[in-house]
Amino acid sequence: MSEQTAVAEQQQTVHLIFTRQDGPDSKPYNEEFHVPYRKNMNIISAMMEIQRNPVNAKGETVAPIQWESNCLEEVCGACSMVVNGKPRQACTALVDKLQQPIRIGPMSTFPVLRDLVVDRGRMFDALKKVKAWIPVDGTHDLGPAPRQSALEQQWRYELSKCMTCGVCLEACPNVNDNSAFIGPFAVGQVTLFNAHPTGALNKEERTEALISDGGLQQCGNSQNCVQACPKGIPLTTAIATMNREATKHMFKKWLSF
Amino acid sequence: MSNQTDFLNRRLHSLLGVIPVGFFLLEHLYTNYHATQGKEAFVEAVNFLWGIPLLPVLEIFFIFIPLMYHAFYGLYIVFRARNNVSQFGTFRNYMFVLQRITGVITLVFIIWHVWQTRVQLLFDPTPTANELAMDTASILSNDITAILYAIGVISTVFHFCNGMWSFLVSWGVTVGPRAQLVSTWVWIVAFVIISYFGLSALAAFNDPNFASNVATLQ
Repeated sequence: MSEQTAVAEQQQTVHLIFTRQDGPDSKPYNEEFHVPYRKNMNIISAMMEIQRNPVNAKGETVAPIQWESNCLEEVCGACSMVVNGKPRQACTALVDKLQQPIRIGPMSTFPVLRDLVVDRGRMFDALKKVKAWIPVDGTHDLGPAPRQSALEQQWRYELSKCMTCGVCLEACPNVNDNSAFIGPFAVGQVTLFNAHPTGALNKEERTEALISDGGLQQCGNSQNCVQACPKGIPLTTAIATMNREATKHMFKKWLSF
Repeated sequence: MSNQTDFLNRRLHSLLGVIPVGFFLLEHLYTNYHATQGKEAFVEAVNFLWGIPLLPVLEIFFIFIPLMYHAFYGLYIVFRARNNVSQFGTFRNYMFVLQRITGVITLVFIIWHVWQTRVQLLFDPTPTANELAMDTASILSNDITAILYAIGVISTVFHFCNGMWSFLVSWGVTVGPRAQLVSTWVWIVAFVIISYFGLSALAAFNDPNFASNVATLQ
């Protein structure tokens, strides 16, 4: 049992400071809560406690905190928020392992809808832009897919763990209001689909889309994404892989005119 | 198909930083290093450069224009970033911020340095390498100027070396984490060596006996 756990159990409460926002256009403000401590609490269960008894530290009854979550096991990416300065999933942010008071805010790189609910729609737009899929739909039998080597499978498996959670965008200094950068995750997805034997049939299309406005070139190599990614996706390796691909693509295209 | 102007601009910025701007930096520091051998050696090195045919054309098209493009497109990149080292205090994130800070320092330094040394030559109808050496020594005999120049040189060399690291990533040469780590060490060593060359030349010009040191070291 950690020291903090001992302290928290002694106090029997968890001190939380939220950055709240009532609507997309309203101003953010801070609100503090003290919730009863239970063993093995995470940020989600602390917020559920607030739902049960929405009384802030001043004793006022307020609207409970709004957030999004689904899987509660760090595979869906829905509950991403900034906990003590780091963007991460609230479900795996364990109260026992966090310094109190715990500061929780929305990932402000995205438009905030309410409290911790953000609109990650730009990530879906980015995936559509770079054609992050393999077009095999049809009415006729296409036959079996080509075999993949174990090495290819391992590499693609790592890249396939992306859950579009948005943490890499929040961590990247080049994803902000001034820039059109679509974010590191999209580069990882292009790498994933370009490395697939069937997906490779359309790899030029994806590379081409990836180097259009707001694409790959906006990476400034701060390498925050690979540090922040909760799934440990080798994003910087994917970026450099696509850089190499883009270099080849560029020369190939010029020399083919 | 889609618009790739942004990509080409960024790649051009990256390429020009190395060829010709980075190459010129190395050549320039090499020439200056002759000053450590005394004034005559420096004068000889400058006269060799001045003997290159079509020098003004080279200066304009291989130094001035690429440098201006690199500088002003660089400023555009600098002001688009939202730095967050307080939140993510990793080595690479510090390098990211330092690359931008040293870029701005380097630009200011280069404008000042070009004004003091290159532009002044334009006002002189018959410039000689000897005069250039004497003028440079007189500028750098002021310790404050010498310290500011030292900061400028270190910042420039840092920007070049760290820039080379990211150049290798941005063109897909160093792809994996191990290659990038080795590259980090290679460029740290390069930073130390190149800075040593630059700073020794500064120290030579700063030396009050620079003019009288004629070939005494030989």
